[in-house]
Amino acid sequence: MGHPELAAKFTQDVERTHWHDKALWFVREKRDRASKSIPEWEALRRKAQQIKTHTMENLDTYLEAFEKNAKAKGIQVHWAKNAEEHNRITLQILNLHNAKKVVKSKSMLTEECHLNPYLEEQGIEVVDTDLGERIIQFRKEPPSHIVLPAIHLKKEDVSKTFQEHIGTEAGNNDPTYLTRAARAHLREKFLGADVGITGVNYAIADTGGIVVCTNEGNADLGATIPKVHIASMGIEKIIPRLQDLAVFTRLLARSATGQPITSYTSHFHGPIEGGEMHVIIVDNGRSPILGSEHYSQALNCIRCGACMNTCPVYRRSGGFSYEATIPGPIGSTLEPCKDLAKHKTLPYACSLCASCSNVCPIRIDLHHQLYFHRQDVVKAGLLDKKKERALGFAGWLFQHPKVLDFCGKMARKVVPHLPRWMMYSSMNAWGEHREMMDFPEKSFKELYVERQKRKQS
Amino acid sequence: MSSKETMLQSICQYKKQSNTPLPEHAGFATIMYEDLFEQFSTALTSVGGKAVLLEDKTHLDDAIRAIAQEAEHIVCNVEGCGLSSDDGSKYATPHDVAHVDLAIVRGEFAVAENGAVWLDAASVRHRALYFLAQHIVIVVDKTQLVSTMHEAYERIGFDKAGYGVFVSGPSKTADIEQSLVIGAHGPKSGYVFLV
Repeated sequence: MGHPELAAKFTQDVERTHWHDKALWFVREKRDRASKSIPEWEALRRKAQQIKTHTMENLDTYLEAFEKNAKAKGIQVHWAKNAEEHNRITLQILNLHNAKKVVKSKSMLTEECHLNPYLEEQGIEVVDTDLGERIIQFRKEPPSHIVLPAIHLKKEDVSKTFQEHIGTEAGNNDPTYLTRAARAHLREKFLGADVGITGVNYAIADTGGIVVCTNEGNADLGATIPKVHIASMGIEKIIPRLQDLAVFTRLLARSATGQPITSYTSHFHGPIEGGEMHVIIVDNGRSPILGSEHYSQALNCIRCGACMNTCPVYRRSGGFSYEATIPGPIGSTLEPCKDLAKHKTLPYACSLCASCSNVCPIRIDLHHQLYFHRQDVVKAGLLDKKKERALGFAGWLFQHPKVLDFCGKMARKVVPHLPRWMMYSSMNAWGEHREMMDFPEKSFKELYVERQKRKQS
Repeated sequence: MSSKETMLQSICQYKKQSNTPLPEHAGFATIMYEDLFEQFSTALTSVGGKAVLLEDKTHLDDAIRAIAQEAEHIVCNVEGCGLSSDDGSKYATPHDVAHVDLAIVRGEFAVAENGAVWLDAASVRHRALYFLAQHIVIVVDKTQLVSTMHEAYERIGFDKAGYGVFVSGPSKTADIEQSLVIGAHGPKSGYVFLV
């Protein structure tokens, strides 16, 4: 199914659609206030864009420098071409330690690699420890947002889920009560885990360390209690210098949730006492995007989710309608880069309002990218046949002004008198969800000519 | 060919050669706060923590006791604080600090723009102490306040293997219908004493 069909499913519940829209707009407003509190905000965004663009143009150099410096600090570095290799390396490390219990903190990369089902097939217990992630793990759902994975759920839903899985009281929907119950449940998991897996927000080339940002402290617990810490990072997560973090830590949380910084910004530069630390560097389809004329800036993304929170389409269609690891505007450009045929509807899940590009802390030209993707979809012959015919006809019509004028004239005369059943038939896709506009008596062209005449007389 | 070689080759094949320079950080104009403590306190309060300014160290024990009357198992690595002689280094594994009610730990410096304090784990044996303790009090020298993260990162280095963390307020979550709940997995309160 494509985005329109999946979105139609979500929007069936009108009340919930409005609620979802409001919840995300609330976050977007917090982002606005936070960004306005920093006078140098725009200068920071430009700096971030420049650092990232420079890094991507020299990615091989920085990745090699990172490996060298990380090894010098006792971190073991692995390279994985794709998801399968990432999962295999992870399993090898787990087997080496005879590990059966894993605590994981939110990582969109492990989600992309489908690590959980892979490890579970091997008889390993994987517990997602971010509260939102744990909720959706119980429900066997993927995250619907990269920062707020359970934003699509109401507290009643969470209460029911927890009642079923960790035995909370029926009908107790109090967020504090539910969070405390999850806290007790997850503390046991942290203390009983053999290995902790985390994502990576930034890998620093000149120090050989990684940085992980969370509000709950779950990544920190997962990486400081078990003896072994495995961190999975996409190749694009690298930054050149420790000082560059000043720019990104100022932008990330403000853009994501409107906080001045995440509660915890952890800098891992070596294992815990008597332990091991591993970093797996993953490509999985990223490197070809580096060379793309239109889409390379998408690799600069720091995964704050601001583009989703502001997107009028995402807010009203929900994360699941994108059928992709990363939803929203950034997902709509990244996913078609990897598989255009599978994600051909995503570039159209966009009103080209450009709000995503305006809030993006790294100034990624998201709406331009989505516009280019549409052209690629057409060039690849993947456009829906109905749409292709309609656009082809419109193209022809606009090239023949006399025919266009005639058609317009006829439409203005005929359409207002057509019966409703004929106007809102299956032929009129526009009218499916909207009322048609009132047809004016005169065309713009006619009005313009009249106006010119009045001026002259 | 190893995966590393394959990946680096692929990157070299695709990467662009437009030579965007790496910008310098020196001289970047940033917001400066006149009253650093005032700004730090406002920022920390906004994320669920609390900043307390103390005239001198003699009142530190009483001030901490006043906010943590219930705490029995206390671990402390702050010089001049007499609430516990247990600095956490006697425990063999991080699991042993799971029962700590209150951790009183040294912060290296504080950042006014966001209410964060830099904790360098070189001063504790188990990094997990910062996250497993039910409550945390961070003690920072009041002369060690900076305006922004740019100044903060000028002060940090990782010459040796190690771990450090910026902590801003207590652990929290808003994953259930955007309702803010303080104390997700980590400490349920986050006080910062500037002495």
